[in-house]
Amino acid sequence: MPEEPQIRQSPAILKRSTWIDFGIRFSAVILALVFTSIILGIAKAQPLEAFGSILKGAFGSTIKFTSVVASWVPLVIATSGLLFTFTAGLWNIGMEGQIITGAVFTVGAFRFLDGTGLDPIIVILLAFIAGAMGGIFWALLPGLMKIYGGVNEIFGGLGLNFVAKTIAIWLIFGPWKRPGVASGSGTEWIDVKFRLPFLEGTNLSPVILIIAIFIVLFTAIMLKGTHFGLRLKAIGKNDKAAYLLGIPTTRYFLLAFGICGLFAGVAGAILVTSKQYSLIPDAGFGYGFLGLLVAMLVNYHAIWAPIVAIFFAALSIGNTELQYIGLNSYFAGVLQGFLVLFVVLVDGIRKRLLKKR
Amino acid sequence: MKITFQKIDKHFGKVHANNNICLTIPSGMIMGILGENGAGKSTLMKILTGYYQADSGEILFDDEVVRISSPEDAVRLGVGMLHQDPLDFPPMKVIDNFLVGSKAGIFPNKAKVSKEITRLSTEFDFQINPDTYIETMTVGERQQLEILRLLWMGVKVLILDEPTTGISANQKEKLFATLVKLSEHGLTVIFVSHKLEEVEQLCGKVAVFRQGQVVGEVAPPYSTPQFVFMMFGKSVEVGEKETFCTSDPLIKLDKIGLEDYRLRLRDITLNINNGEVIGLAGMEGSGQRLFLRMLAGLIRPVSGSIVIDGTNFTGKTYPAFQKSGVAYLPASRLEEGLISGMTLTEHFVLSEVHNELFVDQKSAMELTQERINGFYIKGTPSSQIEQLSGGNQQRALLALLRKQLRLILMEHPTRGLDIESAIWIWSKMKERCKDCTSIVFTSSDLDEIIQYSDRILVFFGGSVSKPIEANKTSVEELGQLIGGKGW
Repeated sequence: MPEEPQIRQSPAILKRSTWIDFGIRFSAVILALVFTSIILGIAKAQPLEAFGSILKGAFGSTIKFTSVVASWVPLVIATSGLLFTFTAGLWNIGMEGQIITGAVFTVGAFRFLDGTGLDPIIVILLAFIAGAMGGIFWALLPGLMKIYGGVNEIFGGLGLNFVAKTIAIWLIFGPWKRPGVASGSGTEWIDVKFRLPFLEGTNLSPVILIIAIFIVLFTAIMLKGTHFGLRLKAIGKNDKAAYLLGIPTTRYFLLAFGICGLFAGVAGAILVTSKQYSLIPDAGFGYGFLGLLVAMLVNYHAIWAPIVAIFFAALSIGNTELQYIGLNSYFAGVLQGFLVLFVVLVDGIRKRLLKKR
Repeated sequence: MKITFQKIDKHFGKVHANNNICLTIPSGMIMGILGENGAGKSTLMKILTGYYQADSGEILFDDEVVRISSPEDAVRLGVGMLHQDPLDFPPMKVIDNFLVGSKAGIFPNKAKVSKEITRLSTEFDFQINPDTYIETMTVGERQQLEILRLLWMGVKVLILDEPTTGISANQKEKLFATLVKLSEHGLTVIFVSHKLEEVEQLCGKVAVFRQGQVVGEVAPPYSTPQFVFMMFGKSVEVGEKETFCTSDPLIKLDKIGLEDYRLRLRDITLNINNGEVIGLAGMEGSGQRLFLRMLAGLIRPVSGSIVIDGTNFTGKTYPAFQKSGVAYLPASRLEEGLISGMTLTEHFVLSEVHNELFVDQKSAMELTQERINGFYIKGTPSSQIEQLSGGNQQRALLALLRKQLRLILMEHPTRGLDIESAIWIWSKMKERCKDCTSIVFTSSDLDEIIQYSDRILVFFGGSVSKPIEANKTSVEELGQLIGGKGW
């Protein structure tokens, strides 16, 4: 075989394509803004004023900004977990239910351990572990159903979301109801000594910020530089070939679900100990679903997750400001939705164009 | 219809795929287009069928310049192509497949079309029932169906791209007879192939392509060495038959029974010796794949036992087989063998056993570059696997094999490769046999089976033949066995 390689891509071209990539993504953001503006126009609102008020609502004061960060924490943790399942080619729609189960287990641990006289820090630690176990348990279910029962993880996860929420409601109105009257506003609050302390003058706990940063770094390193991450990617792209190459696919599927569930459980525990202090029917606050959007947007690149997540967190916090200019706060959701749609659409078009060439 | 190509040029980036092609194909002739992979045969055919546009040059039909700017134009002008993979709709009936591609109006006359299908089918000695579902037909039958459909649409030029891949010897004979008949009816047939024997047997004239150019046109009587010389610019020798077969058995199969939903094999008893090569012959789907997958632990035999090197492996799964040194190379490269979207380097990292946490990028790159050089893969360590050509993917697949192996199982290891690449791949495999590795492989090319095997198993209709000594048999004998004669 005398002929030698002649298709050598120069690094310059590679670099350029990274920039093209970036430009394409950016154009999707612009399109999303334009279309949201059109919707705002139909609603007879000034787009610039609306975007401005969202910005003001998110970054206008220290307390607002720290609220954004406090909301960023569970979101970025959920996204990190989902990046593991995404990489393995799994659609873990059940994330929301896994966060709820995490919250259920956390509250349960507090109820069980309250009054045992243990040091509060130990109790908090145990409650976090319980939450993590709950998340793992709820995530392994769709994994096991997929592997051994042939149930698509999307359907399994969707079903388990309903089950988790129903269990939470049953607990709130049943065994864990407030003394006297049961209420949809949740169970009794956990004791003050179990609540994570906030930074002076804010509602952000430094503990959760540290946990989030740790999880983000862990995810980025695991997915980018390790054999584990590479194998997960291989399974996600072609599990048959990965199996023939010698990767134990079943174990890696379950590991991906397990890690995702672990993070979901931690997110649930964080929401209980630093936000709600009780179990409410909507204990996941939609972070599981929002995390799916962020994970989709960053498209396997863990590095981008914290940045996109801060944007989404800012939108969810900033949107409360919209009511002051006579708009419903759900308009931030319109922008989030458009963003995901356009990124996916633009990406599809890019792939089509590349194929043609 | 006479076809003339005048000064056709086509570039893909830096690659000059067609370089000033001038070629005339007379009416009523079976014209062979011969060349190795990447010689520019398919490009020219795709220009003729409107999938690509030439950069410059003209195509003339009966001395009139035609413009073919889309596949639709080609169909309108009477050019039909039989693709390597049948372009049909498996869940539909034969008759519906005919109607889908035609301009039959909203309410097609099914009875009339059905009658026409039957008429055409009998004329060419095919057995195609208009009411059969496509998914129940073999690749060969689907090919016959596609030919009928093209004729029914009124093609005057029929292009066949490597049509004998994946069909049985019997179906091949029928196909060739049909093509001869069609050319006698005045149809122009263009037969694209890299198989010398077929071209020699069938074609009235042969154009040989090399590196985007027509290097010559040859009329019978043909000489194989001349073709080889034209295709490669030098002579290629198949080489002496080598054997490294020892007499100590690696694998003992005892009364193995295999089953899937439509096939049942019984009582296969066989010893595979260290260093031995066993070729599996038979029509596609006669159980060769089941047999190979059983040897890899991917399916469990329903009865009998497998002993590897004295250890009982019956009922164990693929990871256990893999650990003991068994490797399996599937036929569908991009579906089962390689991972689209991942680079060559990533593949090589995945294929090795690693117990450390982090990927050592530097040594991975070095290993990949070493394999790229060693296996003549045209690509770089960061090339995505799907960007490589089929031949290079095949080489990459072989390069992924671990160093110390006891048994290599291969499905169609050289399918779609030109002779030179095939010879090279086999020389690599034989090197491994020298180190006592055994090989079991399937192929639809009987010459390949006879040339490289020590013993041969023939699969037919649910039975497996006794092992046949490769140097005591011939293509004719094997062909008969495959067709069910002489059992």
